[in-house]
Amino acid sequence: MKVCIIGCGAIGSLFAAHLGKLDDVEVWAYDPYQAHVDAINENGLRLTGESDFVAKINARSDADKIPPCEFGIIASKTLHTRAAMEAVAHIFEDGAVCSVQNGVGSEEVIAEFVPRVIMGTTFPAGHISGPGVCNHDTKGLTNIGPFVGKPASQEESDRLAEALTRGGMETNSVADPRGPMWTKVIFNCASNGVAALTRLPHGIAAEQVRPLMSAVAQEGVAVAQALGVTLEKDPEEMIDYGREVAYLHKPSMLQDVEAKRTTEIDSINGGVATIGERVGVPCPLNRAITDMVKGLEFSWTLEA
Amino acid sequence: MREINRVCVVGAGAIGSLLVGHIGALPDITMTVLVRRESHARDLNEQGLKVTGKSDLAASVLASTDPADLGDVDLVIIATKTNAVEASVTKFKGCFPNATVMMIQNGLGCERLVRENGDWPIISGLTFMSGVRKSDCHVDYELDTPTWIGPWDAESDRPGYAYIKQVEALINRSGLICEAHEDLRPVQWSKLIFNSAVNAIGAVTDTPHVPCYADTKNISDLGNLVHDMMAEGVAIARARGIELSSDPWEMNCKAVSQGGSHGSEEYAHITSMLDDVRHKSYTEVDWITGSIVRAAHEAGVPAPYHETLYRLVKGIEKGWSIVPGEH
Repeated sequence: MKVCIIGCGAIGSLFAAHLGKLDDVEVWAYDPYQAHVDAINENGLRLTGESDFVAKINARSDADKIPPCEFGIIASKTLHTRAAMEAVAHIFEDGAVCSVQNGVGSEEVIAEFVPRVIMGTTFPAGHISGPGVCNHDTKGLTNIGPFVGKPASQEESDRLAEALTRGGMETNSVADPRGPMWTKVIFNCASNGVAALTRLPHGIAAEQVRPLMSAVAQEGVAVAQALGVTLEKDPEEMIDYGREVAYLHKPSMLQDVEAKRTTEIDSINGGVATIGERVGVPCPLNRAITDMVKGLEFSWTLEA
Repeated sequence: MREINRVCVVGAGAIGSLLVGHIGALPDITMTVLVRRESHARDLNEQGLKVTGKSDLAASVLASTDPADLGDVDLVIIATKTNAVEASVTKFKGCFPNATVMMIQNGLGCERLVRENGDWPIISGLTFMSGVRKSDCHVDYELDTPTWIGPWDAESDRPGYAYIKQVEALINRSGLICEAHEDLRPVQWSKLIFNSAVNAIGAVTDTPHVPCYADTKNISDLGNLVHDMMAEGVAIARARGIELSSDPWEMNCKAVSQGGSHGSEEYAHITSMLDDVRHKSYTEVDWITGSIVRAAHEAGVPAPYHETLYRLVKGIEKGWSIVPGEH
C-alpha cells in the first residue's frame, strides 16, 4: 500500500513516521520545506517525546516526483489546502484522500481534486523541533470515515484505520465521521477564537469569559443539530475538562496570534458560521470573532 | 440666578488643562484646580497654565490637592477619566456646598457616582475637543471641536436649563466651543454607540480607526461587525425611547474617510481604549460598552455584540494581572 502525507509538519510527521514503521506500507511525503525534506531523506524522520524511533520516508518538495498512491493524508494548515491539493491531485487519480486538518470545510475543497474523500478528526499533538525531527507532545485518538459529499468506501476507511492503528496511531473507522469532527470544532471555536482575542490561556479564559465561550459553543451546537449530527461530548464538559488538564495551555490560534502568523480562523469559527448561514442557523458571535481575528491579522500589516 | 465667579476644575489632564487655561484666563473668573499630585499643584500655583496651539493664553490659578484650600466655588467641572471619577468625588465630598457639578466623561453613568457623594445639581456633558499636555503647566490645544452639555436625564429639573445656558455662555466666552442641549441624550447616545463599537473593536483587534472599519464588501470585512454592533446600539437606544441626532454608522464612515488606509495626521485614529490596551492601562469599557449592556438589560432587549465586546475587553484586562509571566 502506498500512502502520501500532504503537508509534513507536526501532525503530518506523526502520521508519516508511524506508517513508516510498517513493512507493507510505502510512505511518501509532500512538503515545501526543503531543509526538512532533505533531512528526512538523508537520516529518516525522527520522532521524540511520547514516541522515540526513526522511520524511513520518501520526502519530496516537488509533487511531480511522487508516484500514484492509494491513500493521501492531508495534514497541512487549512490555509494551504487548495494550493496543496492543486499540486498533488495527479497522485490520487484513483486514490482516496483523508483530511486530519483542523476545523470544517477542507473536505469540500479536497473533493474538487480527487475521486474519493475521507473525513478525519485527530487529537494527537506535536511540534517540529528541527529539520527531520518532530516531538510527539501528546498521544490521542483519530476518527476517520467516508465524507458524505464525495465518499470513499467504508472498506477503504477501514483499511487506512487498520494500518494507522497497527503503526501505533490509534484510529477508529466510523460510518459517520461528522460527530467527532463537530465535537472537536465546536470546542475549538470556544477555546481558540476566544483565546486569540483575549490572549488568555484556556483555563483562565474558561474562568474569566465563560459566558462568551458557552454562547459561542451553543451556536455550533445549533448548527450541528440542524445538520443532524450527533455530538460525542457536551462542549461545556470539554471546556471544564480543558480547564482541569490544560489550565495554562495556549490554544494554537493564540500561539499563532502571538507569533503574528495567519490563523486557521476561516476553518474554525468562520467555517462554523459559514455552514450555519448555509443551513439557516445564523452564528453572529462566531462571525464576529472571525471578523475580529481577521482584523487582528490586518493590524500586523500596519506600520507601528 | 446665581452668577458664576469661582470655578473648580477637578483633574488637570489634557481636557482639564484646556478648561483651566481658557476659563481661567477670563478676568472675572477665579479659577481653582483640584489635582492628585503635590508637585502638580505647586507648579500650577507658581507658573500658572499656558495654552498654545489653537489658542494662545495664560491663566493664573489656585491649585491644591486638598479641596478645603480652594474655598467655595459656583461651578465644579470634573475632567478626570471615568475610572478616576469616584476617587475625585470622594475627595471633595462635603465641600463646595453651593456648587453645580458638570461632567464631561466618556460614556454614561458617572453622574451616579457624584450623586452618591453629595446633593449638588448635576450637568451632563461630553466633549470632542482634544489637546496634548506638554507639561504640568502647558497644554497644546489641537482640535477645537465642541463640548456638549445638557441636563442629566435622571434629574432633568436641576440645575435648570437657564443655568446650563449660563455655563454654555461662560465656556464660549473663554474661547472654547460649547453647545447646550435641552435633551442631551440624542447626541450623547449617538456618540456613545459610535465610541462603543470603534473603541472596543479597536482594543480587541489592535487596529486603529482606519478605513477597514467601513469595509463591508466581503463577508469577513471588519465593517460588517462595526455595522451590526452599531445597529444593535441604535435598537437599544430606541428601546429606551431615545431618537439619535446622527447615525453612528455614518459617523464611522465619515471619520475613516478623513484618513488614508493607515490613518492620517489630521485624524486621531488611535482610539483611547486601544491606547489604553497597548499600555496595559485599564480602559473605560465599563462606562462605554458596559453602559450600553446595562441599558439593554434594563430595557429588556438583547445585546449580544455589546456583551461579547465588553467581555473580550474585560478578558484582555484580566490577562494583565493573572496570566503568569505576563506582568
